[in-house]
Amino acid sequence: MAVTTGATKSRLSSVASGDSVQRLLALGALVILLAFFSVISTPFRTTDNYISILVATAVNGVLAMGVTFVIITGGIDLSVGTTMTFCTVVMGLVVTQAGFPLWIGLPAALAAGALVGTVNGTLIAKAKIPPFIATLGMMSITRGLAQVLSDVKPIYFEGTPEFYELFMGKPLLGIPNAVFIMFGAAIIASLVLTKTTLGRYTFALGSNEEATRLSGVNVDRWKIAVYATCGLYAGLAGTLIGARMNSAQPSVGMGYELDAIAAAVIGGTSLSGGEGSIFGTIIGAFIISTLTIGLSITGVPDQWKLVITGLVVIGAVWLDILRRNRRA
Amino acid sequence: MGDLLVEMTDISKSFPGVHALDGARFELRAGEVHALVGENGAGKSTLMKVLSGIYRADAGTIRVKGAEVEINTPRAAQDMGISIIHQELNLMGHLTVAQNIFIGREPRRGVGFWLDEKALNRNAKALFEELHIHLDPRARVSGLAVAQQQMVEIAKALSFKSDVLIMDEPTAALTDTEIDELFRIIRHLREGGAGIVHISHRLEELKQISDRVTVMRDGRYIDTVNTAEVGIQEIISMMVGRTIFEEAPELPEVPNEEVVLEVRNLNRGRVIRDVSFQLHRGEILGVAGLVGAGRTEVMRAVFGADPHDSGEILVHGEPIAINTPADAVAHGIGYLSEDRKRYGLALKMDVEANVVMASLRKFTGSLGRIQFGRTHAKALEHVDGLAIKTPSVGQRTKNLSGGNQQKVVIAKWLTADTEILIFDEPTRGIDVGAKSEIYKLLNELASQGRAIIMISSELPEILRMSHRILVMCEGRITGELTAAEATQERVMTFATQREAVAAA
Repeated sequence: MAVTTGATKSRLSSVASGDSVQRLLALGALVILLAFFSVISTPFRTTDNYISILVATAVNGVLAMGVTFVIITGGIDLSVGTTMTFCTVVMGLVVTQAGFPLWIGLPAALAAGALVGTVNGTLIAKAKIPPFIATLGMMSITRGLAQVLSDVKPIYFEGTPEFYELFMGKPLLGIPNAVFIMFGAAIIASLVLTKTTLGRYTFALGSNEEATRLSGVNVDRWKIAVYATCGLYAGLAGTLIGARMNSAQPSVGMGYELDAIAAAVIGGTSLSGGEGSIFGTIIGAFIISTLTIGLSITGVPDQWKLVITGLVVIGAVWLDILRRNRRA
Repeated sequence: MGDLLVEMTDISKSFPGVHALDGARFELRAGEVHALVGENGAGKSTLMKVLSGIYRADAGTIRVKGAEVEINTPRAAQDMGISIIHQELNLMGHLTVAQNIFIGREPRRGVGFWLDEKALNRNAKALFEELHIHLDPRARVSGLAVAQQQMVEIAKALSFKSDVLIMDEPTAALTDTEIDELFRIIRHLREGGAGIVHISHRLEELKQISDRVTVMRDGRYIDTVNTAEVGIQEIISMMVGRTIFEEAPELPEVPNEEVVLEVRNLNRGRVIRDVSFQLHRGEILGVAGLVGAGRTEVMRAVFGADPHDSGEILVHGEPIAINTPADAVAHGIGYLSEDRKRYGLALKMDVEANVVMASLRKFTGSLGRIQFGRTHAKALEHVDGLAIKTPSVGQRTKNLSGGNQQKVVIAKWLTADTEILIFDEPTRGIDVGAKSEIYKLLNELASQGRAIIMISSELPEILRMSHRILVMCEGRITGELTAAEATQERVMTFATQREAVAAA
């Protein structure tokens, strides 16, 4: 039918609009931030400092990738921070107390994360509990369990030095392995999101859940799979933070979920669902850690860092809304 | 015509408060286009949603190719070769055309984990070539025009190669050339032995495309006829043939000639097209039309709830700028939404709070203190005056019946001294007894000199209440009738008067 012109127009507009613009904006903001701090601060522009930004991004970056899946479906996961800690504690118990080798401890952490995510997904898809409430409850549950299991004491990985070496060793370019693990996880997440059925239904759910259901797709099952994926990434983040601290610290984790959500949103993932990318999320995570490290190197007090980070998140979302309104 | 493909008998379906289907019947044969017609709310869409697994019937049997079946999910219907094109677009805007068409059936590579995007786009392209549709499989759906999105829906339904294809108002958003193309495709499918159900409000289409017509009314089966053997007027009579109201219409005296509200050449895209009308003091102006005719859209634009591209709005002969509902309220215009629970009432607040909601400033003393003695008195005054049945003015409005909720909304606008009241489906969801009370109230308001616009999809209501009736179709006003001239058939004829016919 006579609709060819519209098709080419839409092709153009899909290139010039949508999340790709936000991604480019985010990348530009990151470059400007790096340049700004490098110019004004001598200690900032050292190789060691650039490496420390990379390392600081690893944990939040991995958490944020999982959260990106959830946010694209139009949901939210507030439990990722404490789930991460819960997974580190599980690994600590398996390795130090039960004495299992590392190749069992690491999968145990991932499995614990995936399990928590599956429970989240089931509560949301089957029991129809709003994601905000379900994962808010799970935030409290995993935080409590981490403290119960560890007796509120840190578990140190002293008996397994190869664990620290595996993640924090620097056989390549003097950069810790954790950074390469983050990029590897990002490549996998990105492939899953763009090239597999799981990724396709992640976008479909966020775009129009009812239409997806009416198309004969088992919406509940895929939703659970998305939350399980998010939990799996929280488990991976748990192993990263465990190695970085060379211990499982049962009291950390609260607040990490906000940084993860912020990274995704700064990177162009829409909180109303249907849009987002792993690339954007990684950029968002780098913006947050660059800002944090840059501000502390230039002597800005911690309290002000919090204020500035909050302003950046609000600003990014506001920009996104302005851009959307103009399009609509 | 070939064998029986589908046979639905004694299908009943209730929703809270509504008998949507009451012993409905339908049959479809291979190689026929079977039109399903009826007024708004006759149960056509509901019946087809039962057939396509979206609703489950409370009672009745469905046979597909002779075998009795249960169809509980959309997937089950698809597996039986039944596919449906929905009335409202059901697409995922963030995905591409091809991704939408094959959602849930994506071609895979390797161990079935990876999507085969190339094959996906290739399949979509082949489908479009077969159907002679020019669409880019890679285009994002949100960037397409509505008509193009409709074509995506159609292509998606056809891609199932179903024996039974249900189209619920597929032509509503299409232009004439696009409709011709769609009909060409439908005829092609019919020759291939498929059975097609065509739900449409455009009655003149029936002659063009359908072999048989089934008429429904109030959730019931009325009759099935061969299209060639009946006239459009006959079908319209079957659709509307009923009289709900025993009592004769009791209109207040003829309104006076003073024009309170005038709308000149109001336009917005294809939704509102060159709409002009006048509203007199003391008049009830009925606005009739089928769902999607643009009635609500026009009134929301007049009220400032939606923008308009061009046109003038005059109150008492003075052109005024209405850009927000606050502008309209300041000029004495009130809008009573059909969805009063969402847009009309603060359900968790009490009657008193709702009554003064739109005019709180009048009841506020120094330092912003609300004068509760006066709000209480005002609420009591309206509870008495409008006969609102409530234990007290302190009752939460969510605990009132639909009719009494509607009265509270009316009281709110009366408190705000609103001179022009726009009612959108004033009796929707209100039981029969309370309806006549609302009618009485509307008459009283009119005889007090207020001007009333009443949008209604119930023809008997329109005919009974209105001094004058505007009929809309496709965003245009297609007819104006006085109370004396109006009959259900005349209104229906204007309401189905599409552009091509109007020009002829």
